[in-house]
This record gives sequence, structure tokens and C-alpha cells, in this order.
Amino acid sequence: MNSKLKVSRFDPETMGSGQRRWDEFEMDLHPSATVLDALIQIREEVDGTLALRCACRASICGSCGMRVNGEAKLVCKTRIADVTEEGTTIVIEPMGNHGIIKDLVVSLDPFFDKVRQVDPYLQPDEEPEQGEFVVNNDSMENLLTAMNCIMCGACVSDCTVLEVDEAFIGPAALAKAWRFVEDPRDDQRDERLKELNEVEGGIWDCTRCFKCVEVCPKDVAPMDRIMEMRDMAIEAGNRNTSGYRHTESFSKSVKKHGRLDEARLAVESAGYTNIPRLIDLAEIGVKSVLKGKMPPIVPHKADENEKITRIFERVESERNT
Amino acid sequence: MYKHDVLIIGAGLAGLRAAVEATRLGLDVAVISKVHPVRSHSNAAQGGINAPLTDRGDDWEGHALDTIKGSDYLADQDAVEIMSSEAGDAVIELERMGVIFSRGEDGRLGTRRFGGQLVARTFFVGAITGSAILHVLYEQALKHGLNVYEEWFVTDLIIEDGRCVGVVALDIKTGTLHSIWAKTVIMAAGGAGRVFEPSTNAIICTGDGLALAWRAGVPMMDMEMVQYHPTTLARTGILLSEAARGEGAHLLNSEGDRFMLKYAPQYEELASRDVVSRSEQTEINEGRGIDGNVLLDLRHLGREFIEDRLGYLQEVAVEFLGIDLAEQPVPVRPGVHYIMGGIKTDVDGATVVPGLYAAGECANVSVHGANRLGANSLLDTVVFGRRSAVHAAEYIKSVDAGSGSDEHLNATKARIQSLMDREPNENWAAVRNYMANEMTKGIGVFRDQASMEGAKAAIRNVNERMPNIAIQNKGKVFNTDLIFSLEMEFMADVGNAIVHSALTRKESRGAHFRTDITERDDENWLKHTLAYHDPDNEDGVRVETSPVTITKWEPVKRVY
Ligand SMILES: Cc1cc2nc3c(=O)[nH]c(=O)nc-3n(C[C@H](O)[C@H](O)[C@H](O)COP(=O)(O)OP(=O)(O)OC[C@H]3O[C@@H](n4cnc5c(N)ncnc54)[C@H](O)[C@@H]3O)c2cc1C
Ligand code: SF4
Ligand code: SF4
Ligand code: FES
Repeated sequence: MNSKLKVSRFDPETMGSGQRRWDEFEMDLHPSATVLDALIQIREEVDGTLALRCACRASICGSCGMRVNGEAKLVCKTRIADVTEEGTTIVIEPMGNHGIIKDLVVSLDPFFDKVRQVDPYLQPDEEPEQGEFVVNNDSMENLLTAMNCIMCGACVSDCTVLEVDEAFIGPAALAKAWRFVEDPRDDQRDERLKELNEVEGGIWDCTRCFKCVEVCPKDVAPMDRIMEMRDMAIEAGNRNTSGYRHTESFSKSVKKHGRLDEARLAVESAGYTNIPRLIDLAEIGVKSVLKGKMPPIVPHKADENEKITRIFERVESERNT
Repeated sequence: MYKHDVLIIGAGLAGLRAAVEATRLGLDVAVISKVHPVRSHSNAAQGGINAPLTDRGDDWEGHALDTIKGSDYLADQDAVEIMSSEAGDAVIELERMGVIFSRGEDGRLGTRRFGGQLVARTFFVGAITGSAILHVLYEQALKHGLNVYEEWFVTDLIIEDGRCVGVVALDIKTGTLHSIWAKTVIMAAGGAGRVFEPSTNAIICTGDGLALAWRAGVPMMDMEMVQYHPTTLARTGILLSEAARGEGAHLLNSEGDRFMLKYAPQYEELASRDVVSRSEQTEINEGRGIDGNVLLDLRHLGREFIEDRLGYLQEVAVEFLGIDLAEQPVPVRPGVHYIMGGIKTDVDGATVVPGLYAAGECANVSVHGANRLGANSLLDTVVFGRRSAVHAAEYIKSVDAGSGSDEHLNATKARIQSLMDREPNENWAAVRNYMANEMTKGIGVFRDQASMEGAKAAIRNVNERMPNIAIQNKGKVFNTDLIFSLEMEFMADVGNAIVHSALTRKESRGAHFRTDITERDDENWLKHTLAYHDPDNEDGVRVETSPVTITKWEPVKRVY
């Protein structure tokens, strides 16, 4: 099959940071060839200077994360035929949100620093006197979702929060944290949740954009793991965070008015006693008014407000049973 | 200057297990790896890890006997006894570190069956056992604050006064060479599958550790013993784990017959790998294959079971072939998978070079002999990884650090500069692809004098072309062109040792099956082959033999 590839190139020895060059390659490939097969063929037969990482060729080592047509993928499990049609060009770039070392190779140091930040190892208070920990198999199988993570960085590459906030721990490291929070053998659950709840860039910074779920090649669904930890953190009594207050205010507003009271949400999330943050908000409020974007102080009620209130009551009563 | 008590080359299961142990012993430990630790090829292990757990009725001697029988009696029985008797503790320890092994209803570790054994004693995590264990060992490394030289490529061992005292290595991200000094070095650099094509191995499995130790004077033992796995995918060589058959999958020929019932009436699909691969090849050669494949059939296991217990296999079949295992059988064939041969060590991981230890796939203790049982390799890595660290820690009590001189570093710098300066000529990839294809032809599931001579000629051709390999990439940062050329040199050494060892063994045993001498010959060949680096000899190799250690299991004919 005839294929065209456009590959992003960067050589730190001859180019300034932020620069790039596009190289195009046209080649004849086996119908079931992967993007990795194509890149290896380029490297072996056409241009030995092309830098990329790969090892297993079987979607298990996590080396080959790249952006293909704008989306992070493992190129070893991306078949050419699935990302192109006759005549179109496949665009290959390094992953986003990672510094570029050369061509398609990115630095994963910040990625692993964040993994380190969540104390990613089992911390039992004591070990069994003999043999293994005896725990329910379902609770172990539950962990497999996160254990499938191969640390490829695809989720981090496309995470919309990391794009603007480097401090966010990010989807992969948070999924790793979940794996220990949920492990019945670990005795640091409460401490872990407290930390993830309070720390800068913790569980409340995700905007639920769904990108990480979409691009993860191993179905780890980091966003779902993060949402589960939010619930767990609240249940464990961690309420003194803007994240928790945000959720509370959000649902209170929807329950009462059938829609979101944005002004109140901002103030309540900050907390009525958080003076510096309130001053910030006042500034934003003034600017919004000037631009005509200030939400109404008393929100309009939604037309079928009672129905919404009933939904809330039902969910709450089901939760309590 | 970089300096440590213990330097471990390789961050796969063997390397990390050794590192965790040495760190616990309070030593200054560093690991060096050409890829990030979690990219090491141990992550590809799918099926599981064997361990006879004596507290639930299994006996380690049963596992030892299965291993020895599997090895076609070439394994050293003292080494096997150690592996089998330490296996239970090794697996329990992994669980306590955090591995989420699959469990039974009672909440205790559960097992599946694997080849060459009638007892189910393989512990597993779905079909991602290697990855699950590797990530946990990496977690432990993080916990202990282990030093890791990550994406550093070892080019040479430093040998002073006959002792190994460090390495010279290239920092791939910057392109600079450094020496790293250590009182002892543990080689855990993995396998050499890429000497063949196709192979289940990662692109990084180029036998570097084997060649490095060999050049330093350590013999490679039983290198003719190359394992062909019965269920690999055509073209790419990607593996479908033995776990499929362990969980009940069947092998069918073009006529829909379960042919293994004929070749191995008692063990059926779960006979030893060499036996199953030969049976498949026989079916294919006799015209009962399908385009050079047989079929692996999982349909009767049901979708839910397949997705729960063999999820990664389903992913591979769907992604790489577009085949849904619950609906369709998948074409498979024997493919190069594992090298039983390796750097000769004693049961403590020590080689003949003081200060140099070895463990894992690059080592040969020998517990696998002429054929490794599935799920015994992971066990080998953790048992002997740990032991080598313990003994290396003893060893360093009585030795000083190396000289710290720049002599070795400068020699490597000059060598690499001359490589970089060569005029464009031969490309490493062309040489590698030629060699790997010829090796598969010559040292196959079935081999004979002529085919092995063919492989030998190919290796000679490769060695003649080697000085002409030129590097197109003249940059320093992430110059994989240079790395691959250096790996090519390692692969050529490994290939050389394999063909000469294979030509030496004049019998059929385990994976070494000669169609021109089809019987095992215990009288003359119950022996290991030892390939030494010897520049004065033809092709730079000298092959000797040494006796096999028999403790209590006298060799008998192998029947499955
Ligand atoms: C697809 C597949 C499935 C398998 N399934 C199973 C199974 O189910 N059960 C089982 O028991 N066995 C299985 N095996 C075999 C088993 O996985 C391997 O034998 C074992 O993991 C090898 O571990 P290791 O630590 O020796 O080497 P590896 O994990 O290969 O690690 C080698 C390390 O050495 C480093 N290295 C190499 N050369 C250099 C150099 N020049 N400089 C610096 N660093 C270097 C690498 O970076 C890497 O960190 C399987 C093998 C394959 C290929
Ligand atoms: S859902 Fe959250 S973690 Fe996932 S990509 Fe979006 S912001 Fe990032
Ligand atoms: S969560 Fe998924 S995308 Fe993110 S690093 Fe892990 S495997 Fe990759
Ligand atoms: S090469 Fe290993 S995941 Fe793609």
C-alpha cells in the first residue's frame, strides 16, 4: 500500500528550541503495517538520523507514544490503514506537554517525577506472618484497570489541564495513586487521599475533558479513576478544599435553581473566609461586568425546576439506602 | 567521577531484583539501562511465573523434576534444586511488594497450568504478568531511591588485573561517554532474540551482555539451545502466550485435527515447547499447515473467559491481525523466543572473571538446559537476581575500587570516533537483516550439518562486512544509528558463538534437533558446550565442553 508520511523533525544541535522542520516520506508498505513499521523503515533505509523510541512492537513497553494526526497514540499498535485513506498524508509529531529531546523523542523526566510524587509503592503497616496477603480476588481484579498502565505518556500528552498548568499531577500519576488507594493491602489510604485532596495540582484540578480516556491505549480511563478518588476523598471526610466546596455549591445551585449560579459557585468554591482569593474574584467580577459577562446575581430558575429537585432527592435517598 | 559499590547492567526483572536486594543490604547501588527501566523486555512476559508452593501441597522436587525433564537433562541439577526450593519464597515476596497476582475464592494466590507440567503452579496477572511484576519492582526501586543511569548504553566492561571494576557507557541523550567505577558489576542485560528474524523479542534484545562478558573472557554456555515458541504470529513474530493453551486452547492443523494428541498423548498441547514446535513444523512440512501456520483455537473458552483471563492476547489478536479470538482461530507458528544459552555462572551468579556476576536471560546457571519450561524464566530472574546481589555484596568486602584511570574511556572514545569517521558504505540494518534471516534458516526448529554450515558462512560474511559499517548520523544527541551499529557488533559475536556451539553438538537434545543425528546421545553428549572468545582460533571462537551436574535424577528418555 502506498503511504505518505509527514514527520516533525527537531535537532537540538542545529536548531533553536521551539523550531521544527517537516520531512515527507512516500513509501510502499504491507497492508497490515503499523506506523511504527513505517518509521523503522525510514530509519533503516532512508534517514538514519531520525530519532524515535520503540522496543517491544507489541503495545506493552510504552516507548512509542507519539501524536498521529494530532492525537497521542502508540504507533506500534496504530495501523497505517486505520489512520489514512488513499492519497492523504499521515502527520507524525512528538507527544505534547513533554519537552522535545530530538525529533519524536520527548523527555519523560517530569512525567516520572509526578509518578514519584504520589509515593507509588505499597505501604502496609505490617506484613502477614506467613505467606501472601489474603484478600478478596475481586478487589485485586479491580486494580488491573490501573495496573494495565504502561507509562506511555499519551494521556499526559493530550491532557488539556497540563497544557495550561504544569503543576497538575496529571492523569497517569493520579491513576497510579488510585491503584494504591484502592489496594486493600495498603494502609496509607486516608493519608494518600488527604494529600491528593489538598496538594497543588491534585484531584480537583481535572476539568473532566475526557481526553485521557479517549487516548489511553490501555483502557486505564484515568479520568474515571480521578473522579472515584474525589468521591473517596469526600467520604473520608476531606471537605476543606475548593474542589469539595465547588462540587457542593454546584449541586446545591442546580438542585435549588435548576441551573448553575456561576457567581455564587466561584465565591463558595473559594470559601467565604478565604479573603485573598475573594479579592481576586472581586477583580474578575468587575472585569466581567465591564465586558458584559457577569452572570446574574440572582439566577433565573429553570422552567421545570421541581423535576430537577426531585431527581436530586431521589439520587440522595438511593445513596442513603 | 561516577563510583558505586555495585553496578547492575540492566533494569529488567533480574537487574531490578538484584538492585532491590543490594540496596536493602545497605550498599551504594546503581542500575544502568539503555532504556527506561519499565521499557525493559521483561514487561513482555505474559503468561506467568512458576513456583511450587509447599504450604499448599505442591512439592518443589516435582517442579525440579519437570524442569530437568524439560531441559532434556542438560540442566545442572544443583542449580535447579536451588531455583525450585527458593521459588515459593520468591513469589510470595513479589506479592508482598505489591504484585496483584490473580487469586482464588479463598483470597489466596491462584494458578494456571503451563507447558511441561501436569501440576498447575504458574502464578499470573491476567496476561500481563511480566509488566505487572516489572512495574512493582520499579516501584520498589523508587521507594529505595535507587540510582538509575537511564538511557545509558554500556559499550565496554572495565577489566583491571583480571577483575571487573566498572563500565564505559554512552549517555544516549547527550552523546557523551563516561566511565562508571564499581567494586562489582552484575550483568543482567537480557536476551538476544534479535540475532534471529522474526522473533518475539523486543528490538532492544541484542545480546549486549553476552558479548560484553564474552569479550572479557567468560564463556557462553550451550548457545545452540535457542527456544522456538510454538505460538507466534507470522511476519512480526509477536507472541501469543502459552497461557492460552494453559487455559485450554487447542492447536489444529488444516484438517481441523488436534494433532498434539498424536505427538504427546499425555500432555497434549502442554508438552514442552521444543516438542510442540517440532510437532507443528512437522505438520506444516507434511502439508497440513495453512500458509506456513497452524491454528490456535480458543473459541470454546468463551468470550468472557478470554477477556478476563487473557485480555492482552485478545488485544494483540484484534489490533495486529483483526482477529477476535472468541470468534475465529488464529494462525500461529514456531518463532524464536528465548536463549537458554548464556554467560556461564555458578549458582551464586559468579562468572570466571572476579567481580563480574550475571543473572537473568543473559546468564546460564544452568537451570533451563536444552529447553526452558514456560514461566521458568521469570522465576530464574528473581531467584538468581537476588542471589547474585547477595554474593556480590560478600565479594566487595574484600576488594578495593578500580584505579579510576581514563585509559579505558579514552580507548572507547577513539574506537567510536573511528566508527563515526568511516565513509558511507555498509548500513547496519542491511547487515542485521541478512544475518538474522540466515540464522533462522540455519539454526531452526530442525537443523542439520548443511544448514548450520550455511549459518556459519553467513556469520563470516557479516564479520567481513562489519568494518565497513558506516554511520550516517553524525550528531551526538540520541544517535540511535550509532547505538544500533554497536549492537550489531554484539549480535555478530552472539551469532558466532551460536553457530560454533551448534556445530559442535553431535546429537539431538531439546531445542537442538538435528535431522541428520536424531537421537540424544548421553554417553558422549551429556555435556555443556562452552564457547570462548579466542582471537587465535578460526572465527575467533574456541568451543570446549564441561560435564553436567546430576544430583538425584538420572537421565531417562523424555516422553510427554
Ligand atoms: C513475549 C515474551 C513473553 C514471555 N513470557 C514469559 C512468561 O510468561 N514467563 C516467563 O517466565 N518468561 C517469559 N518470557 C521470558 C522472560 O520474559 C525473559 O526471559 C526475562 O524477562 C528476561 O529478564 P531479564 O531481566 O534477564 O532481561 P530484560 O528484561 O530483557 O532486561 C534487560 C535489561 O538490560 C538492559 N541492557 C541491555 N543491554 C544494555 C546495554 N548495552 N547497556 C545498558 N543496558 C543494557 C536493558 O535496557 C534492560 O533494562 C517471555 C519473553 C518474551 C519475549
Ligand atoms: S479528564 Fe482530566 S486528567 Fe483527563 S485529560 Fe482531561 S483534564 Fe486531564
Ligand atoms: S494511563 Fe494510559 S495513556 Fe496514560 S500513561 Fe498509562 S497507559 Fe499511557
Ligand atoms: S514499541 Fe513498545 S509500546 Fe510501542
